[in-house]
Amino acid sequence: MTTLRTSRSGRAGQYLALLCYLVFLAFPFLWLISTAFKPPRELGSLHPTWIPKDPTLENFRQAFDEQPLLQAAGNSLIAALSAALIAVVIATPMAYVMARNRGKLSTAATGWVVISQAFPFVLVIIPLFLILKNLHLINSLFGLIMVYVVWSLPFALWMLVGYVRAVPRELEEAASVDGAGRVRTLVSVTAPLLAPGIVATALFAFITAWNEFFFALVLLKTPEKQTLPVVLTHFLGAEGVADLGPLAAAAFLATIPSLVIFAIIQKRITGGMLAGAVKA
Amino acid sequence: MTLATATPRSRKRSEPKGTDRKQTDYGAWFLVLPALIPILVLSVGPLLYGISLAFTDSQAGRTEPTAWIGTLNFQDLLHDTLFWDSFRIGLLWAIGVSVPQFLLALGLALLLNQNLRFRWLARALAIVPWAMPEVVVGIMWRLVYNPDAGILNETIRNLGLGEGRDWLTGLATALPAVIVVGIWAGMPQTTVALLAGLQNTPHELHEAAALDGAGAWRRFRTVTWPALKPVALAITALNFIWNFNSFALVYVLTNGGPGGRTRLPMLFAYEEAFRYGQFGYAAAMGCVMVAVISVMLALYLVGRLKGGDEQ
Repeated sequence: MTTLRTSRSGRAGQYLALLCYLVFLAFPFLWLISTAFKPPRELGSLHPTWIPKDPTLENFRQAFDEQPLLQAAGNSLIAALSAALIAVVIATPMAYVMARNRGKLSTAATGWVVISQAFPFVLVIIPLFLILKNLHLINSLFGLIMVYVVWSLPFALWMLVGYVRAVPRELEEAASVDGAGRVRTLVSVTAPLLAPGIVATALFAFITAWNEFFFALVLLKTPEKQTLPVVLTHFLGAEGVADLGPLAAAAFLATIPSLVIFAIIQKRITGGMLAGAVKA
Repeated sequence: MTLATATPRSRKRSEPKGTDRKQTDYGAWFLVLPALIPILVLSVGPLLYGISLAFTDSQAGRTEPTAWIGTLNFQDLLHDTLFWDSFRIGLLWAIGVSVPQFLLALGLALLLNQNLRFRWLARALAIVPWAMPEVVVGIMWRLVYNPDAGILNETIRNLGLGEGRDWLTGLATALPAVIVVGIWAGMPQTTVALLAGLQNTPHELHEAAALDGAGAWRRFRTVTWPALKPVALAITALNFIWNFNSFALVYVLTNGGPGGRTRLPMLFAYEEAFRYGQFGYAAAMGCVMVAVISVMLALYLVGRLKGGDEQ
């Protein structure tokens, strides 16, 4: 290992680069938090400071007064939770087939997963808008949930296929040698091993739906139906003149659920990717 | 949004062929149908419908039935300078984000692959842009760029570099300003993907090369890069595609302004479809975008196949 040791000045340069990266990553987020806690007087000051002199929760109260944030969060929660659950329930069996069988079906499904990453959504949303309009599902969370399910499927499939492949086939074969039927093998051997992967996939699908904006913008028309990201844009007002304090407060609140969930599953996602890359 | 797709996961070569049990075939269909039906009804179907709409005069609120008009929309598009402006801006934006992002992320991945203290902090912070709703990222950077109350101009003033400016509404600065946000938002994904690729490089090769007296640059060129190339190609192609198709970030930051300087193709198509109700015309724009993206996708697939062959 001694041959790979970096010189002392090289090390210092590396730490400097790391510091620059950390600052670049952190400063906009810290600024958002700082703005969220500033009273109007400080927001109007021509010399803004990093740390609010008179930190206040007033912006949060005002944010809830100005826009139906709780209702929007409820809508987001319903949409994201339903979409994540449905997506995982229907994706898991398909992912199992894709991972274990090598038919045309698996190839086509894999192809679709890759190609669907490249759709410009406008090409899908116009026909979906027309179809959902005919079904009277515009401005309905149900219509949005259906769109989110299909929209999160490619990635859910991709993650789940990886998790299925990680379950050794030999375990299933051993169970069937012991006389367990196919369904029993799946339920008692494969499913428990797959459970953590399924949970991680569901959480990821939840976050993507929670954060989604474009479909929600097009499909939801009235404020009482809209999801959190769409309602957040109402804070920007006409001509982009915004009330900075409440805007920052609402934006900060909207991020917390995603951050918490992501912190929980982050290791699994990056860990899974690392494992996948090493095994590939 | 989706990231792990960037990791090429070629099939295991060692797996013996013919282990698939024949009797599972019908069962397989049964297991696949719950997902297959929604995919066909809500994804593949609308996509084909969308392509066919591009050849019609479909409009919002029309009373007479929609008519088939052949390639008229595409002929109109050819002469629509506003569309080609947005197309050019889309390319500038996609390249402007993807290329610097790749270079920065590569440097970072190499850095984070070292045994540095505070690596965990970088990893923990990387969650923030990754998990944030794009709308919030846009709002956050508007606060940073705010001409009076923003931290950017205040920093510029404090450093004595002038009075700062209104970044997002300046004709010259708007596009670079949104590009910086795009780079910020996508850095973690790209870095993690490249880091995953780096872990792929056999450490022994590095040591052997070092023993042979190869310097850092030669070790990178001869050992690291060949192993990293498939991942690098895949993530860059995907980044390009995602950025070219992106909407929410720029919608929140500038809504395409000033004077269309940041009007990405998606913003243009969105306005055409949902503000002016020109469904057929907007669908044609979508088709042109697909054509361009297909080229990138082909590159990505070739990269993936090559990556599979090399291993």
